[in-house]
Amino acid sequence: MTDATSQSGPVLAADGTPLKKSLARALRLQKTRALMLIAPLLVFVMVSFIFPIAKMLFKSVENEIVVETLPLTVAELQNWNAESGALPDEALYAAFVADMVVAIDAKRHTRLGTRLNYEHTGMSSLFRKSGRKIKKLDPAADGPFKEKLIDIDKKWGDVTTWAVIKTHSVKITNGYFLNAIDMQRTPEGAQAQPEDKRILIKLFQRTLFMSLMITVSCILLGYPVAWLLANLPARTANILMILVLLPFWTSLLVRTSAWKVMLQQQGVINEVLVWIGLVADDARLVMINNQFGTIVAMTHILLPFMILPMYSVMQTIQPTYLRAAKSMGATNWTAFWRVYFPLSVPGIGAGSILVFILAIGYYITPEIVGGTKGVFISNRIAYHISSSLNWGLAAALGTILLGVVLLLYWCYDKIVGIDNVKLG
Amino acid sequence: MKTKLTALAVTTALVAPAAMAQEMTIVSWGGAYSKSQLKAYHEPYSAKSGVTIINDDSSAEAVAKLRAMNEAGNVTWDVVDVVAADAIRLCDEGLAMEIDADTQLAAAPDGTSASEDFGDLLVSDCFIPQIVYSTTFGYRTDLVGDTAPSTICDVFDTEAYPGKRALEKRPINNMEWALLCDGVAKGDVYDVLATPEGQDKALAKLGTIKDDVIWWSAGADTPQLLADGEVVMGSTYNGRLFAVIEEQKQPVAMLWDAQVFDLDGWIIPAGLSDERKAQALDYIMFATDTQRLADQAKYISYGPARASSAPLVGKHAELGIDMAPHMPTDPNNAQNTFLYNYEFWADYRDDIDAKFQAWLAK
Amino acid sequence: MADSASNDAFVEFDRVQKSYDGETLVVKDLNLSLPRGEFLTMLGPSGSGKTTCLMMLAGFETATHGDIRLGGTSINNIPPHKRGIGMVFQNYALFPHMTIAENLSFPLEVRKMGKSVREEKIKRALDMVEMGAFGGRRPAQLSGGQQQRIALARALVFEPELVLMDEPLGALDKQLREKMQFEITNLAHNLGITTVYVTHDQTEALTMSDRVAVFDDGRIQQLDPPDTLYENPQNSFVAQFIGENNTLEGVVKEINNGIAIVELDDGELIDCKPVHESVKPGARTRVSIRPERVEYNKDRIQEGAHTLKAEVKEFIYMGDIFRTRLSVAGNDEFVIKTRNAPDVERLTPGQQIEIGWLPDDCRALDA
Repeated sequence: MTDATSQSGPVLAADGTPLKKSLARALRLQKTRALMLIAPLLVFVMVSFIFPIAKMLFKSVENEIVVETLPLTVAELQNWNAESGALPDEALYAAFVADMVVAIDAKRHTRLGTRLNYEHTGMSSLFRKSGRKIKKLDPAADGPFKEKLIDIDKKWGDVTTWAVIKTHSVKITNGYFLNAIDMQRTPEGAQAQPEDKRILIKLFQRTLFMSLMITVSCILLGYPVAWLLANLPARTANILMILVLLPFWTSLLVRTSAWKVMLQQQGVINEVLVWIGLVADDARLVMINNQFGTIVAMTHILLPFMILPMYSVMQTIQPTYLRAAKSMGATNWTAFWRVYFPLSVPGIGAGSILVFILAIGYYITPEIVGGTKGVFISNRIAYHISSSLNWGLAAALGTILLGVVLLLYWCYDKIVGIDNVKLG
Repeated sequence: MKTKLTALAVTTALVAPAAMAQEMTIVSWGGAYSKSQLKAYHEPYSAKSGVTIINDDSSAEAVAKLRAMNEAGNVTWDVVDVVAADAIRLCDEGLAMEIDADTQLAAAPDGTSASEDFGDLLVSDCFIPQIVYSTTFGYRTDLVGDTAPSTICDVFDTEAYPGKRALEKRPINNMEWALLCDGVAKGDVYDVLATPEGQDKALAKLGTIKDDVIWWSAGADTPQLLADGEVVMGSTYNGRLFAVIEEQKQPVAMLWDAQVFDLDGWIIPAGLSDERKAQALDYIMFATDTQRLADQAKYISYGPARASSAPLVGKHAELGIDMAPHMPTDPNNAQNTFLYNYEFWADYRDDIDAKFQAWLAK
Repeated sequence: MADSASNDAFVEFDRVQKSYDGETLVVKDLNLSLPRGEFLTMLGPSGSGKTTCLMMLAGFETATHGDIRLGGTSINNIPPHKRGIGMVFQNYALFPHMTIAENLSFPLEVRKMGKSVREEKIKRALDMVEMGAFGGRRPAQLSGGQQQRIALARALVFEPELVLMDEPLGALDKQLREKMQFEITNLAHNLGITTVYVTHDQTEALTMSDRVAVFDDGRIQQLDPPDTLYENPQNSFVAQFIGENNTLEGVVKEINNGIAIVELDDGELIDCKPVHESVKPGARTRVSIRPERVEYNKDRIQEGAHTLKAEVKEFIYMGDIFRTRLSVAGNDEFVIKTRNAPDVERLTPGQQIEIGWLPDDCRALDA
């Protein structure tokens, strides 16, 4: 060894090749084999998870529908200046009719109407109704079209209509992201939404705040339970474990509805309080359809996700640590706070990350018990996915949510250290 | 040998639906409503044609799912039950196929063409209406004092009728009722609602009872809230209230005033193979004929969408009570009604919904 | 002895009993007293109650009955953290989230000592175990032996008068263990600390202790200095447990002038020293003879020794000694150890020899 280190050149292997090189060669085989082993999973995850999500996220900026449906119109619109206040000329109207006839034939015009209606109310019916009449026009023979179109619907004689089409004619748009943060894309650039339509930023803040509250209450309620689980004799601990896992085996809807029965004004808790005389019959507590009810129901649902990682970490903390601390003169509290608690932090960290990330994406429970003040951003995402079909906005909201989660994860890593997280 | 057989069975199972088309997937809402369809349509149709019908209770997410299926190029549903507003949306998006009422649907027994029989209810080219239902109020007879509420504006009168009300967590219907009770004439409601001032006016009126409202998002919520005594009155679908009153015998009564008619019916997804399309059309033709629509009213208190079905409505199959007086379309109930304005809401839904949600969160 | 020593006794167990389940006693009527500065080892097989005794002394278990006194006052109702007893655990129990210095600082901090005092004491304790340079490391970065030293330093840093050690060397390899045994006894004696040490390793017990308490079945079987324990085991358990031992079984014929005549099961009569109280004429007995007290070289068999025929089964050359397995009076596992010397005959299996021992080395114990 002294020989090798005292040499000036690189260390050589027995056959004379540099040691680093032959080590790399030896490891390459191992790495290839490892890669082969995970390849099926990797392919599966790519195909079934990463690819669809990437595709969904791409929808937050994708906006080809306008150019694809109205290619000639979009080209003509480049020559028109919305700020001038003057209507476009005949060439544009002719191009529009030509585009529309093709689109109507392919039944694409109503879809475009729906898309533009997200930005400007009235576009949906404008395209649908006008479509029926434009269908009968022949782009080659029936010109000029300006008067005819304005005749069909006076909105075609409105500068705003054309300005909206022009503003949203780009293939890749920031419009959805602007909408997601209560702004809008206008001919004059990004502008704030009118005050009475601003809701999403508020919901983002509320989602983060509520998720934090839920995480904190999960820690407070889960910690003693996890401690008991880790310290009881195996048989008792198993029974307790079943109780902890019980919520997993009941349907989410059943559990949430059960909370309704418990917490509502004519519910079990209020009945008991009135019966004891703690609460007057005409002043029953409002514990559901608000933030309180949401926090209670979601804490209950997410509690196992907090308890399990805590438990598995606490299980590895040897009881001798506490004894050692006490033998050195620490009171029960000092022994807990200085020794046991720091050792259980990785479990709290893992549980908190799990619970927080799950909470941030929940929408069924807030929908059922949240009332008006307990609604999460996910409820709006669900609404835009399944009701308004504004998938672009939903994707933008989802992307922001993903970004927020990653940011928080990064902060956590900076503050606590991600290697300080143990799931077991 | 056994393995071979199994493999054969698996292969057959995989290719069977395409090869034989002896199965079809019908999507509906589940619960009592699906049961009424099973009794009135599916069972007789299967008996007649030998087709196995697979039920899927996904109507609540039908629009989103159909869009996803369409993008993936793999539509697995054959016939879908949706509300008219969704049908219009699906038609606009090109996700539902257009159906010609006169050539592809059965005429009435007296020879009246289907388009005439359905009349105004054919609100979209892709949509075959099945039932008329209404969103209306029910109230607890034991919690409203001596004078029962009689008009829609009693909902806004918290002095005469103290207690919570259940309203749906969306602007549709609520905005109209608010304007009606704020002195807007029935004929002007949508003109007013089209303006920002009108929208503010409606929200202001709703604001007078905001603290007394429990907002619902599932049709089953209001009946439960009424049964528990959590609310004194609440809006929901009339069929749900029928079940609370007649089946569960709760102390609840209907307030038909200003009920909003809405339609529920069938669409056929776009992009089916010719064979499946023919099968779906065959089913629709059968399930929307005069007798079948009248039959459904034996199981649920929704009005048949064909004019010619109304006289055929009989008694409830299990309770034995006469169903005609429980139909939202019964003249006694329909003295003051609204018809859901599809055109208006297709345009204004996104805009007003954003405002409504912002107002709710305030 | 307990009564006479109780005035200057530092640690006392007085009729202590312990039961976990209310049905069986894990510790049965324990009486024990230690003077200040003694190094006492509790030795016994697992389940003998030795660790329970240690834990009762530390305060982690409560005695079901009886009194435990420290410096004359009963500590039954004093919680562990107020007892001021240093403790070293089997797995060291160093706090993994603290550095070595922080670990040592812990008992000083809970005693609210100032920073400069703490630093000085920590330095002194680390130097004492020759680990002065390791203050900034974490326990996981140290080897087992190093962790062991830190655990020792931590138990001593707050200068307790009594230190308990629960099999502290169990996880170390043989060489390191021997080295640490030496270091621990040195430290304990130099600092004048009273030490109670628990182990199941009899070599460790014999090398380290002033006195050894041999535990079995919840009782102290014998409490004596190591040499007494080895030379004069009081019953067959202690004889078996401490050191290597040959056992022959038989019946006591008669006892004359402190010599018991025992008839072995094959009819052979031998002279033994009656030790156990149960050794009376007619009673069954077990005779214990240490392997190194048996000779086979004719010139080494001493005057007055009892001789017996034996057949060599096995002869093992072990360097400093020869280890021979014999068949004696029907016992095929009879082992003798002979020091390697030029004049010692090397045996071959099958060889018939004559062996001999002094009656004093043949101890008649309980059956």
